[in-house]
Amino acid sequence: MGIEGYLLVSTLLFGIGAFGFMARRNAILMLISIELMFNAVNLSLVAFNAFLPDPSSGGAVFALMIMAVAAAEVTVGLALVIAIIRTRQTAEVDQYSDLKE
Amino acid sequence: MVGAGIAVVTLRNIIHSAVAMMVCFGSLAGMYALLGAPIVAAAQVLIYLGAISVLILFAIMLTQAGDANLLAPFHRQLPIAIVVALAIVGTVGWAVVQTDWGMAAEAVYAAVETIALTLLTDFALPFEIISLLLLAAIIGAIYLARRPEEDERAN
Repeated sequence: MGIEGYLLVSTLLFGIGAFGFMARRNAILMLISIELMFNAVNLSLVAFNAFLPDPSSGGAVFALMIMAVAAAEVTVGLALVIAIIRTRQTAEVDQYSDLKE
Repeated sequence: MVGAGIAVVTLRNIIHSAVAMMVCFGSLAGMYALLGAPIVAAAQVLIYLGAISVLILFAIMLTQAGDANLLAPFHRQLPIAIVVALAIVGTVGWAVVQTDWGMAAEAVYAAVETIALTLLTDFALPFEIISLLLLAAIIGAIYLARRPEEDERAN
């Protein structure tokens, strides 16, 4: 399989993540969708790195760093979501309308 | 893998979604191994399958007491979301197919030694900053997830 195959899979995964982020109402599922998009970008980075003519490992290092940042992001995100759910008693994002006029 | 990804965003029960996400991450680790990046595949299994999935499952079980099956899982902006997602996939996919990549035809194996050397020489400063970021994230998560009454007990 050439690089196009990997990039198309990555594109599809990013589209699925974007769709999930926009369409779902559950806050935790929105976080999961963000993780899907992170993974899509990671896959494209590793694919580009693997198919470079001269061998280097910058893409793999970048993918590892994105993983670390994603871990930090999901930790803080889940803590925020749990705190919000504890005060509002719901995980539905369209119930969070306190800031609306 | 794409099927598992679609299952993640369409399944009604959020626990089923999380399990589909684990399947998706596991097959991604397989793709990294196919691409000749075993260290990234191992990190994927450790971080995503081992840590993030368990964290998300715990969060779901903490917050969804019995009412996991919701009547309407989708937001009312569902049609717009479908259109925008299809536009993203169409545009990027068209660009991928149209571009002449002109790269090596076969995936090159990235040795663990070169990755380790690159990580600790060229990328030493980002590596240290990442550790600081993780520390900040841990402290922030502990602060945010703490219950208010534990505050008063501590004082």
